[in-house]
Amino acid sequence: MQVPILKQGAYLIATVQSALTDEDLKQLRDTLVERVSVVRARGVIVDVTALDVIDSFATRTLRDVAHMIRLRGAETVIVGIQPEVAFSMVKLGLTLEGVATSLDLEEGLAYLDRKGKGPGHEVRTHR
Amino acid sequence: MRFALIADEVRVAIDSDADIVSARQKGRGLASQCGFPSTDLAVVATAISELARNIVRYAVRGEVILRLIDDNGRRGVEVVATDDGPGIPDITLAMQDGYSTSGSLGLGLPGVRRLMDEFEIASDFGKGTTVTARKWKR
Repeated sequence: MQVPILKQGAYLIATVQSALTDEDLKQLRDTLVERVSVVRARGVIVDVTALDVIDSFATRTLRDVAHMIRLRGAETVIVGIQPEVAFSMVKLGLTLEGVATSLDLEEGLAYLDRKGKGPGHEVRTHR
Repeated sequence: MRFALIADEVRVAIDSDADIVSARQKGRGLASQCGFPSTDLAVVATAISELARNIVRYAVRGEVILRLIDDNGRRGVEVVATDDGPGIPDITLAMQDGYSTSGSLGLGLPGVRRLMDEFEIASDFGKGTTVTARKWKR
């Protein structure tokens, strides 16, 4: 199952549409890490509203996405984790430590906008 | 079998990562028939996902058996994940948070025990592993 990735301004938005296999998750990770430089994106949003399960593998992969994209010089925010999914993740012992999360797409965009105005802004614009 | 079966059991053969998704979706469907609240549907599906992944990762192939069970009017879902893979040499170690021989997060088995109400594991080194986990409807 391919995850559509849209470019909106300086951001890439990946919207998960249905359940993802481990292979799909790895592909999403690799595509995002590559595309972020191709389109010179400053931020990435991964919308997981449609996911009814985020297990240990998915958590690890999402965390890897955020860390890899940070190394590439952009910010990632995971949006739309459902309440019962959050409950299961915490019970399982999973955290997304060091990864930004927002309630929904709108909040995620607002988060990236704020980040863009932060201290890192000047460095980025002169690249 | 210790409990009465409410419906036909569902058996899902596991030998690829697509089967992990299929097993957890079938488990969710079954639990939903039983009237579990949505939080518990996610809990059961997540537990199945971890157990099925363990099969793919360590045993290559195996089976997940899903049952709706009744214990004197108390209803629940039973998940049995079974394989004839290499087995677990040290179950105590495997049940510890963060212990993994595969580079994963090592939360699978201890996590499933936390997610479900009942958890049993039997492993014969060299012969295979069977994990049985139950969630009762509150």
